[in-house]
Amino acid sequence: MEKSVSPDLLTDTLTRTLAAGTPLLLGTLGEICAERGGVINLGVEGMMAAGAVAGFGTAMATGSPWAGLAAAIAAGAGLALVHACLSVTLKANQIVSGIALTMLGLGLSGVWGKPFVGTPLSARFTSVEIPLLSDLPVLGPALFQRDPVFYLTVALAAGLAFFLRSTRWGLILSTVGENPLAADSAGIPVSLVRYSAVVFGGALAGMAGGYLSLVYVPSWIEGMTAGRGWIIIGLTIFAGWEPWKAVLGSLLFGGIDVTQYLFQAAVPPNFLKSLPYAATLLALMTGSKNASGTAAPPAALAVPYRPGER
Amino acid sequence: MLEFIPRPAPSAAARVRTTLGALLAGLGLAALAFLFMGVDPVKALASILAGSFLSPYGLGETVTKAIPLILAGIGLSLAFTGRLWNIGAEGQLLAGATAATAAALLIKDSLPSFLTIPLLFAAGGVGGAALALLAGWLKTRWRVNEVIATLMLNYICAEFVQYLIYGPWKGPTQSGFPYTDNFAASAVLPVLGATRIHWPTLLLALAAAVGAWVLLNRTRFGFELRAMGGNPDAAAYAGMDSSRTTLVVLALSGGLAGLAGVGEVAGIHQHLTYPWAVSSGYGYAAIIVAWVAALNPLLAVPSGLFLGGIMVGGDAIQISMGLPAAAISLFNGLLLLSLMAGEFFLTYRPRWRRA
Repeated sequence: MEKSVSPDLLTDTLTRTLAAGTPLLLGTLGEICAERGGVINLGVEGMMAAGAVAGFGTAMATGSPWAGLAAAIAAGAGLALVHACLSVTLKANQIVSGIALTMLGLGLSGVWGKPFVGTPLSARFTSVEIPLLSDLPVLGPALFQRDPVFYLTVALAAGLAFFLRSTRWGLILSTVGENPLAADSAGIPVSLVRYSAVVFGGALAGMAGGYLSLVYVPSWIEGMTAGRGWIIIGLTIFAGWEPWKAVLGSLLFGGIDVTQYLFQAAVPPNFLKSLPYAATLLALMTGSKNASGTAAPPAALAVPYRPGER
Repeated sequence: MLEFIPRPAPSAAARVRTTLGALLAGLGLAALAFLFMGVDPVKALASILAGSFLSPYGLGETVTKAIPLILAGIGLSLAFTGRLWNIGAEGQLLAGATAATAAALLIKDSLPSFLTIPLLFAAGGVGGAALALLAGWLKTRWRVNEVIATLMLNYICAEFVQYLIYGPWKGPTQSGFPYTDNFAASAVLPVLGATRIHWPTLLLALAAAVGAWVLLNRTRFGFELRAMGGNPDAAAYAGMDSSRTTLVVLALSGGLAGLAGVGEVAGIHQHLTYPWAVSSGYGYAAIIVAWVAALNPLLAVPSGLFLGGIMVGGDAIQISMGLPAAAISLFNGLLLLSLMAGEFFLTYRPRWRRA
C-alpha cells in the first residue's frame, strides 16, 4: 500500500503534538520558576496527579471546566506550599522532600479519584477559533482552533520569558537562586521570594495535571500522569532554565508522544511506551555534550539559605 | 515571636527521640487523612496494627515484605550517604528479578538446588548492579542527573518486563496468563513453615546489613563515600576519585535491590509476572526505610520491618475498609514528610521570645 503525507495527517500530527506538549510546557515553566529561585521541586508528578483529579472532580461537580482548572491550580499550589515550607523554612533536604511530595500527591489522587474512575468528563472546554488565522491551511486547525488553556499556556510561556529576562522581579528571582546572601544584603526577602516561586511552580504543575484530565484525555485514570512529572524535571534541565527553550523541548517531547501512534503497527507497544523515557535520557546526554547549549543550574539550587551561618 | 536557635550536633538519643516523634506525627497526619476519607481513624490504625504485627499470619507477611525493603533500603542508605540520589531501586529490583528469571529458565532442573539458587542470586545481583551502573555511567560520563536517570530506567524496566511476559517469555504452560513458565522446583527458595518467608533472602538481607555497616564505618571506601557526601569539594581536593566511588556505590546499591528482586520471583511468585506484582512499590518505600534508619544499614532492619508492617496493614485495611491501594502511598508520603520536618528540630531549637 502506498502512503503519502496528506495535509489531514499533517494537521492531525501537529494537533496531537501540541496537545501532548501543552502539559509538559506548563509543568516545565513552573519548575523553571521554582529552580530559578533556588528550590528544586521533585514533586511535579504528585502535584500533577493531584491537579488532574481535583480538576476533574470539580469540573464534574460544578459543570464548569474553568472551575475545574482553578481547582487543579489550587491543588498544585497547595502541595507546593508543603514543599516550600519544608525546603525554605525547615531547610529540609529538597530531593527527599520532593519525593515525599510525589508519594503524597499520587496517594491523594488515588484516594480522591476512586469514585471518578471510568467516568467521561461531561463539562468540557469549547474550542476558541481565532478569526482569519484559523482558516490557514494545516496550521489553522492545529494552532488556532483550540481549547482556551492552550492559548493561556502560550501566553504564560511568553510572559515568563519576558518576566525573567526583562523585569526587575525576574532579576530578583534569579539573584535569589544564584546568590541568596547577596540578595539578602540588598534587602530582598529571600524566603518570601522562594515561597512565591515554589507555589507558582506548583500552580502550573497542577494546571498541567488539570490539562490532562480536562482536555487531553479527558477523564480520570489512576496513574494518568505516567511519569510526565519526571520528564518535566528532565525538560527543565534540557531547556537550560529558559522558557523559550522549554517551548522547543515540549514540542519535541509532544512529538515523541505522537510517534507512538504513528508506529503502532511496526514496533512492540511496550517499546513505544518506553520512548519518552529513553528520549529524556538521550536529551540530557546531548545537552551535556554540547556544553554551550546547556546553561549551568542556578548556583544555589537545592541549597537552603541559612542567614548568619557558615 | 518564635525564633529558631541552631543546636550543637545531636546525640544518638536525640536522633531516636526525633525519629519516633516524627513517625508519631506522621501517624497523626494519616489519622487526619483517614478522617477526611470518612473512615474512623482509630479503627483504621488499629486494623493496620492488627493486620501487620498482632497476628502470627500478619507477622509472617510483615517479615516477608520486609525482606525486599531491607535489602533495597540498605543499598539506598549507602547511595544516599554519598549524596547519590538513586531513586531507581524499583527498576533495579525488576532488573534483578528479570536476570534471575533468565537464569532459572536457562538452568531449568539441570542443576541441584544448592547450585541453582546461588546462581540465581548472582544473576539477580549482577542484573540490578548493571542497571544502576548504566545510570552511574550516564551521570559520570554524560553528566545526566541521577534522579532522572534512575527514574526513567524504572519506567523503561517496567515496560521491558511487560514486553517479555506478553512476548518472548510468555509461558506455554500458563494457560494464556502473561507469566513465564514456573521455575523448576530446584530454583524455588525454601520458606519457613507455613509462612511465605523465603529465609535464604532474609539471611542475605541480615548479612548485607552487617556487611554494609562495616563497609561504611570501617573501610577506606566507606570513609571516601562519607567524605563525598559530606563535602564533595574537599573530597576531590584530597585526591579522591568521585567517579569511581559513584560507580562502585551505585553498583552495590543496585546489586542489593537486584537480590531483593530474586527473592520476589524465586521466593514468592515462582515465575516472572507483571512488574507491579513483582514489586508493589518496594523500591520507593525503601527510600523511607533508608531515611527512617538515618542511613544506618543496621537500622535498616527494624526500619524495613516497620515499613513492611505498614504495607501489610495497608493491604488489610484495603480489604476490610474498602480503601483504595493509593491510601498507602498517601500514608508513606505523610510519614516521609514528617521525617523531613523532624530533622529540622534536630538542628534547630524553637524558642519563644517576647517581641
